[in-house]
Amino acid sequence: MTRRTMIEAIRDAMDVMMSRDDGVVVFGEDVGYFGGVFRASQGLQAKYGTSRCFDTPISELGIVGIAVGMAAYGLKPCVEIQFADYMYPAYDQIVSEAARLRYRSNGQFTCPLVVRMPTGGGIFGGQTHSQSPEALFTHVCGIKTVVPSNPHDAKGLLISAIEDPDPVIFLEPKRLYNGPFDGHHDRPVTPWSKHDLGEVDDGHFAIPLGSAAIRRQGKDVTILAYGTMVHVAETAVTETGIDAEIIDLRSLLPLDLDTIEASVKKTGRCVIVHEATLTSGFGAELCALVQTRCFYHLEAPILRVAGWDTPYPHAQEWDYFPGPARIGRALIETMEA
Amino acid sequence: MPDHDLPHDTMSPRREVAQSPGPEPLKLHVPEPAVRPGGTPDFSNIRIPRAGQVDRPSVDVDPESIRDLAFSVIRVLNRDSEAVGPWAGALSDSELLEGLRHMMTLRAFDARMQMAQRQGKTSFYMQHMGEEAVSCAFRKALLPGDMNFPTYRQAGLLIAGGYPLVEMACQIYSNTHDPLKGRQLPVMYSSREHGFFSISGNLATQYIQAVGWAIASAIKNDTKIAVAWIGDGATAESDFHAALVFASTYRAPVVLNIVNNQWAISTFQGIARGGSGTFAARGLGFGIPALRVDGNDYLAVHAVAKWACERARRNLGPTLVEHVTYRVGAHSTSDDPAGYRPKTESDAWPLGDPVIRLKNHLIVRGAWSEERHKQTEAEILDTVISAQKEAESYGTLHSEQRPTARDMFEGVFAEMPPHLRRQRQEAGV
Repeated sequence: MTRRTMIEAIRDAMDVMMSRDDGVVVFGEDVGYFGGVFRASQGLQAKYGTSRCFDTPISELGIVGIAVGMAAYGLKPCVEIQFADYMYPAYDQIVSEAARLRYRSNGQFTCPLVVRMPTGGGIFGGQTHSQSPEALFTHVCGIKTVVPSNPHDAKGLLISAIEDPDPVIFLEPKRLYNGPFDGHHDRPVTPWSKHDLGEVDDGHFAIPLGSAAIRRQGKDVTILAYGTMVHVAETAVTETGIDAEIIDLRSLLPLDLDTIEASVKKTGRCVIVHEATLTSGFGAELCALVQTRCFYHLEAPILRVAGWDTPYPHAQEWDYFPGPARIGRALIETMEA
Repeated sequence: MPDHDLPHDTMSPRREVAQSPGPEPLKLHVPEPAVRPGGTPDFSNIRIPRAGQVDRPSVDVDPESIRDLAFSVIRVLNRDSEAVGPWAGALSDSELLEGLRHMMTLRAFDARMQMAQRQGKTSFYMQHMGEEAVSCAFRKALLPGDMNFPTYRQAGLLIAGGYPLVEMACQIYSNTHDPLKGRQLPVMYSSREHGFFSISGNLATQYIQAVGWAIASAIKNDTKIAVAWIGDGATAESDFHAALVFASTYRAPVVLNIVNNQWAISTFQGIARGGSGTFAARGLGFGIPALRVDGNDYLAVHAVAKWACERARRNLGPTLVEHVTYRVGAHSTSDDPAGYRPKTESDAWPLGDPVIRLKNHLIVRGAWSEERHKQTEAEILDTVISAQKEAESYGTLHSEQRPTARDMFEGVFAEMPPHLRRQRQEAGV
């Protein structure tokens, strides 16, 4: 066990996998010599050489495009898109190519690649460094979408993602890189060294994709969240005193529907929280699944708390961000329904 | 920059004398082909060098010193059907005869499948008429393990590589023996074993993937090379430019082919090419050696392919090859060229027909005759028809014999996730 930040845990996962499997290669913009703008790949080029960890031209479509070819050859590329907001030029390569290669070639060619990308806001990044595009991936057949909420999970999930035989989108909530974020931007940052989940197992360990974690047991209402919002929801629960069960989904596709169903059937209430914009967000899918599975156990309408349907603003970041107060209001509303 | 091979001048904006001291009003330049339906086809201003004229540099030449090859056309077969010049002489009689058979087989197969589509046995087909030499000749420069990333008009790579015609037809018919289980549009073949990467159907996406495959081969210190394919129209996609950047930066062991068949459905090549003179010239800014080759000359395509593949194999990096050819047929069975180009344009195409040119060359060599050609044509037709019949015994698109609905749910992931299992159950299959 070592105390690690989320960035250190992610780096450790890549390090562990690069040392176990010489087919694992890491590349992206500023990823090689410098080690990435968030330093996720720091030291990997020095340790494994330039053919295992290298810088690329600024072309997201090129990065994912060569990764598809490399994965088809038999390597396991783990590439970085510097910010999820920059992935759109690569979207065609992800949707039309990586996701469908196994299917359309009937398994002759496969695409075991991981696309890591920092996601979400809370860092005053404005509209080009704050987006949460997970729903654009969960809507695509043939890829898996993972969002960790802490260093321990980030390492175990990234190892699973690299070992997975299919393409995985690995969204890293950048606001969590250096510490859990309670949703109060005006309070001092807590470091991961003071959080239980900053304790990360050493060496190789994998958390299976498609297993949720119950972060808090509760009996009154189920909160479905992932990434940064897991911690923000914890704050809202503390502040309202409502006995909520918090489920950290960890993997959106595959989705641990059994854990969700069991919890909502127990509590009879459900609040879904995500940072991405509301309309057609992943919350809509969760809402549909929960009402289908749990309709006769529900005591109140399912509520969603999400980013407003606007581009991610700069100055109004904390008006946009679905913080503890908004989540708290939803919890109270659902309890009073 | 020379502009010799354009139907007409599409590059220089019209200059008008200013009437006032103020700036002239701006005007949009939209290139137009020289001739539209009803007009007389005219390729007179396409400059085609005589066969044998272009030098053959050594493969480790400094790319800077062969920039002119991006504006010329490498040709081997002359008007008298002789093989001449420094690019000639690489192929024996038997190799050439084999090449002729491959092209004839592709042409016969195309004709049968085109007809099968019209008979309702499949939904769609794309033929190669006029472009047979490009893929058939290129394939013979490759070694086992090399990987093509083809478009939908390189089935010659499969035929010249010995892929069974029956499997091709089964794919086209989406029947019970379709190796792709009915999941892909006809002609979007895939055969890892035959060095033929799964065709996406989206244009240009695979150009950059070929570069990635080649980079992977270099990372693993392998000896295999990759071959990328794209049409003239699709070079406008960002994927093409990304491929050139990455191939140039990492000196990837890849051959980057552009098949310039003059037409992107109804859009003439001047729309994608813009002011660059030739498509090959796109490579120059990246420091990638760029060659143009007579795509209707089997010997020239093969010689250029050998040269480019050797560069890749010797770790000298990528080569860009523009195959100058002409799409005689329609873009696909869903297209009718009568709406956008003169019906007789293909007859006026100055580089002739690849099958006839190779046939005539073999006759000049004393290795072939009109009679043997006719006889072979009949034999090939028999072979193709019997392959077609066998494939039809496994079903055609609208027959009962087709991949199951269960097959539809398989293979999305290595292991079927719970949500798909639930959906398959719901579908009752």
